[in-house]
Amino acid sequence: MIVAVLSGFIVAILLIFFGKYFRGKASVAFSALPLALFVYFLSMVPVVSSGNTLSSGLRWIPSLNVHLNFFADGLSLLFALLITGIGFLVFLYASNYLKGHIYIDRFFGYLSMFMGSMLGLVLSDNVLTLFIFWELTSISSFFLIGFDNDNEESRKNSLLALAITGGGGFFLLAGFILLGYVGGTLSIQEMLQLSEVIKGHQLYPWILAFVVAGAFTKSAQFPFHFWLPGAMKAPTPVSAYLHSATMVKAGIYLLARFTPVLGSHYYWNTTLLIIGAITMLYAAFHAIIRTDLKSILAYSTVSALGMLTFLIGLGTKEALIAASVFILVHALYKAALFLTAGVIDHETGIRDVTKLAGLRKVLLPVAIGGTLAALSNAGIPFTFGFLGKDLIYEATLAFEDFGIWFTAAAVITNIFLLYAGFIAGIKPFTGKLPVAYKDVHLPSAALWLPALLLGVAGLFFGVFPAVIDKSIIQPVVLAIHGSAVDIPLKIWHGFNKVLLLSIITITAGFFLFYFINPSNRYVKFIGKIDFLSPQQILSNGAYKIQHFSTWYTKTLQNGYLRLYVMVIVFFLMALLAYKLFTGVYIYIDSSQFHELTLYEVMVTGIMFIAILITVLTSSRLTAVASMGVVGYCLCLLFVFYSAPDLAMTQFTIDTLTVVLFVLVLFKLPPFISFANTAVKIRDAVIALSFGSLISIIALEVLNETVEKETSIFYGENSYALAKGKNIVNVILVDFRGMDTLVEIIVLTIAAIGVFSLLKFKISANENDHV
Amino acid sequence: MELILAILIGLLYSAGIYMMLRRSMVKLLIGLILLGNGANMLIFLLGRITKGKPPVIPEDSAFFTEIYADPIPQALILTAIVISFGLQAFAITLLKQVYKVIDSDDLDDLNTTDDDI
Repeated sequence: MIVAVLSGFIVAILLIFFGKYFRGKASVAFSALPLALFVYFLSMVPVVSSGNTLSSGLRWIPSLNVHLNFFADGLSLLFALLITGIGFLVFLYASNYLKGHIYIDRFFGYLSMFMGSMLGLVLSDNVLTLFIFWELTSISSFFLIGFDNDNEESRKNSLLALAITGGGGFFLLAGFILLGYVGGTLSIQEMLQLSEVIKGHQLYPWILAFVVAGAFTKSAQFPFHFWLPGAMKAPTPVSAYLHSATMVKAGIYLLARFTPVLGSHYYWNTTLLIIGAITMLYAAFHAIIRTDLKSILAYSTVSALGMLTFLIGLGTKEALIAASVFILVHALYKAALFLTAGVIDHETGIRDVTKLAGLRKVLLPVAIGGTLAALSNAGIPFTFGFLGKDLIYEATLAFEDFGIWFTAAAVITNIFLLYAGFIAGIKPFTGKLPVAYKDVHLPSAALWLPALLLGVAGLFFGVFPAVIDKSIIQPVVLAIHGSAVDIPLKIWHGFNKVLLLSIITITAGFFLFYFINPSNRYVKFIGKIDFLSPQQILSNGAYKIQHFSTWYTKTLQNGYLRLYVMVIVFFLMALLAYKLFTGVYIYIDSSQFHELTLYEVMVTGIMFIAILITVLTSSRLTAVASMGVVGYCLCLLFVFYSAPDLAMTQFTIDTLTVVLFVLVLFKLPPFISFANTAVKIRDAVIALSFGSLISIIALEVLNETVEKETSIFYGENSYALAKGKNIVNVILVDFRGMDTLVEIIVLTIAAIGVFSLLKFKISANENDHV
Repeated sequence: MELILAILIGLLYSAGIYMMLRRSMVKLLIGLILLGNGANMLIFLLGRITKGKPPVIPEDSAFFTEIYADPIPQALILTAIVISFGLQAFAITLLKQVYKVIDSDDLDDLNTTDDDI
């Protein structure tokens, strides 16, 4: 199973090197990969349908408990089959759809990577690997949405999708980490046993919020739904694959996967129900007023995803059965509708449904595929959609408290979805063929066959549901619901409320389709209240943040060195002062101090004066000279306090510095006073408070007893071990000899720098030409 | 004596910071040097000062017989002095070159990367 998951990545990596050989017709060859995987996963069906799970694993990062452990139960397998099955059709379709595109090899690289990540996501047992694959799907979808990277809208929308789904991913990570903390394991299969522990923990609301935020962003739930319609800038095969069948269902997968762990809790059910219901109604409403083929499909997808969230939120056995079936139903018809829309767009170049008509005369197989898909979407008897819809109504009717309201919401959504499906799948093919499309001809089979196959599959499963009910659907329900249920899918349930509701839905939908023509009027109307939409609010917020950070950066990083110094000093002062005045008892213990002698007082007095002159003088030479005086005084202090080596070094270095200063800076103009008095006083206050703080700290440290252990070691061993009597020297050249060596290297580098600076001749004039 | 030294260190720090807050490059450099001196003094003082007992083992002995000044701060400061000289030498030369090019001692003339300086 590991190989199956990683094969997508391997292909993507190989394409970097060998991609150029596959730019022509050979690109069809890529579809062999999903086909092989599909067959592989199909071969697992018998094992899984008998209630077992398959697993395989690899220890990856044992120290962090992150393992590449994969397992396939009913839920994983359904998704794996969808990913590879629809993947195969989309690969086939794309090889023709993008024929002749110069970057077609890249496209297949991204697509393979996406497929691999998606498989990893649904098969992972470890939540952290699940998260990694989750983010990989976001990243690969970013490349796929922005595939037409010379189009500004594409770039913008791919960024938007990445921001929303990637941002949601962080929440998911937080949720997983909390889950791991509470449950003590990162394995999903082990978490399934810990449901009660996790639900009883006080962190449960947080886990719920984070996991749900991740799922909602990925599955385009209100108010994060808007990235999905935006993502329609992607080439149509991508929309069909990512945005109908697989990636957007990752959130649904997550919700379904964690239903046994987190579900059946008041918070869980309420959140999912409310958000799901809002999303399905809101998006269904949007779907019927759009005129762009892909927009219609995008909003109807959002609506269907809302429906799935809603069903999982209901959480009853019936609802989970309905959700399991609806995942498959929706994937089949929506991918078909997208692929149909893609052919229409590819052949006519038009996606506006108000302008499309009569295409059945030129694109007959496409028309059949589209119509079958639209019928399945509508839930016409003998299609798979009919079964799906019946199960949904059964689920909502069976719910006790608000069953009527839930049913009403589902009926309204389904009516709108039926309308949207008909507009997208049937409307372009009916009526009179406009003259402009007379020349449209049927493309090669690779383009129309996938949609047709999916349409026929919808019909086939509708007529013979027995093919999949035991083998596929039942294990899914087992995985979500946690207990085995017997669910023979039947076409005929007898005359009951459910059938009545189906009839109402279909009749109302037909009426709507018959009497209301899509028009741009509604789109324009929606455009006017656009400022209320979540997308606008969010992007305005993003702009505000951007402005704020620009302002913030310009204020802090303004290029004035002194302000940087000031900020650093202020911050340091605040920290030190806080610590000093809250945690330390300040006192001065003068009993340990040495007595004052005359020469010490004189030297320090000279130093005080020299420092003041250095700071206050307006002559450069005076400043440098008095700085030299400070250095010499320091030198004398070293002599007084038993540091002859330091005194010698200080003396040499100070002399050299002053000489260098005077020689090099001889030609500079006198100091100009840039600052006014107020600024000077401000700086003086800052500087003096910092200095006082240092003094206080020094005095406080002097109160503590000093640790002499290391010094004693050097004192005892410098002659014994290193045969030297000047301990400072012995430390520098023997005990810490390597440090001194490095110090010499540093000095050498500085010397080279000085030398090259002096050699480097650049004049003001030359600089102007650079 | 320690009290006076502590105040002296504070003054060196203050003077260093004050000079670093000026616009002149030369003052910046002087401020850096003063700050460096202050830091050296601080380390020296915190290693406790001892009068007239350098950390050198007497000629006729293989070990210390009486109290001696702490050699570790001295070794540290010695290193610091030498390294800071490297820095100062480089900075002074750099300053000279900058002055040659932009004909100014003003730091604010440096905060743009535009060609027309």
